[in-house]
Amino acid sequence: MPSMIAQIRLVSSHPEVYEPCEDSFALVDALLADRSKLLEHRPALCLEIGCGSGYVITSLALILGHVEGGAHYMATDINPFAIQVTSETLEAHGVYAELIRTDIASGLEGRLGGSVDVIVCNPPYVPTPEDEVGRDGIASSWAGGENGRRVIDKILPIADNLLSEKGWLYMVLLTENNPSEICLHMREKGYASRIVVQRSTEEETLHIVKFWRDSDIQLETDENRSKNRNVQLSKANSLRFPFRRQASIVVSLRQTFQVSALFMNSWNISDYDMPFSLA
Amino acid sequence: MKLLTHNMLSSNIKGVTNGFPLGIEAEKVIERSVDMNPDFLKNMFSKIEWKPLVEASRIMGYSDLPEDVPDSSVLDSEEFLRKFHHALLEIHLEEGALVCPQTGRKFPVNKGIPNMLLHEDEV
Ligand SMILES: C[S@@+](CC[C@H](N)C(=O)[O-])C[C@H]1O[C@@H](n2cnc3c(N)ncnc32)[C@H](O)[C@@H]1O
Repeated sequence: MPSMIAQIRLVSSHPEVYEPCEDSFALVDALLADRSKLLEHRPALCLEIGCGSGYVITSLALILGHVEGGAHYMATDINPFAIQVTSETLEAHGVYAELIRTDIASGLEGRLGGSVDVIVCNPPYVPTPEDEVGRDGIASSWAGGENGRRVIDKILPIADNLLSEKGWLYMVLLTENNPSEICLHMREKGYASRIVVQRSTEEETLHIVKFWRDSDIQLETDENRSKNRNVQLSKANSLRFPFRRQASIVVSLRQTFQVSALFMNSWNISDYDMPFSLA
Repeated sequence: MKLLTHNMLSSNIKGVTNGFPLGIEAEKVIERSVDMNPDFLKNMFSKIEWKPLVEASRIMGYSDLPEDVPDSSVLDSEEFLRKFHHALLEIHLEEGALVCPQTGRKFPVNKGIPNMLLHEDEV
């Protein structure tokens, strides 16, 4: 039986390209865990941002196999060697993806907005000095700047633009990236989120978080927006939320986010004292 | 690079407002046959900009697509689907360039990979 995911011995490599590691494996495990949902989801367009060795996009293509209706795969990377290696890895497994060398998804956003059904991304997430971000070569595969968020924070709004109404985003996040804050931020844009896989290694705790648009949350954020506008209009001299609302936010967060104990611990209560940014 | 991808790419240079469709300079075109999936084609039909696909196919040496935007009823025609499938998924730009319609800036395509990276002064 052909393997359902990419085989390491068939994954091509290059000294300047990120080799599949724990994070790559955790992301593919999350896709495997969601396999039946993914098949039901029937994605037509799938995109990987930052494909590196090609291990993940190849696995996605193998997992979805002959999805009814057919799927088209695309992958981007900023590193030309990664694109080359991904193309070899895909070929060795007999699957195909269109490859584009670009910064995140630049060049695709104009036409592809609202059309991508699945986005997978294992971004450069390691906290580093700011000036290490985006350097040439292998450093750009992990260097994430302050809190490891520099590239992640650029990817999220782009993913939001690209995802179709029913679209899903799977992203690798580290505890240091403050995933709870990212989930809150995405919630303001109408996304629900769930940790599909969580795994601790000696150095880091990885979370594979799945984001999708949720109509209830979208409604709620719309309401919150207009409420907030009203608060501002009534010239409230304090921007603090009334306590009742804070409490209801916490409850609904617990419900929809399925926030893990770990998240709750790292949650800084003072977050709730601040109004969500309404930018 | 398939013409499906060409149909989805636009010039991302700062200040460019009319970045689609990209022109094509074809140095090497190859064909690779893939299984046809009518459901996928029907799904894509609504997302495709027709005229740019016709023009891109012609530049790549394939002129069998109907010139005018077809009515979606053509999707019932096996003959139409075959042509659409061929143009969209089987013709590859292997070597050449994509050209920004507004500035003329060329994005090279090597070994089938378009390079959409911008220079610092274009971001
Ligand atoms: C942590 S590696 C993951 C590689 C592979 N997806 C995996 O899981 O094994 C991150 C990848 O993102 C790429 N990358 C970094 N910054 C990028 C950017 N701005 N646009 C596109 N790709 C980028 C790197 O070159 C690297 O291949």
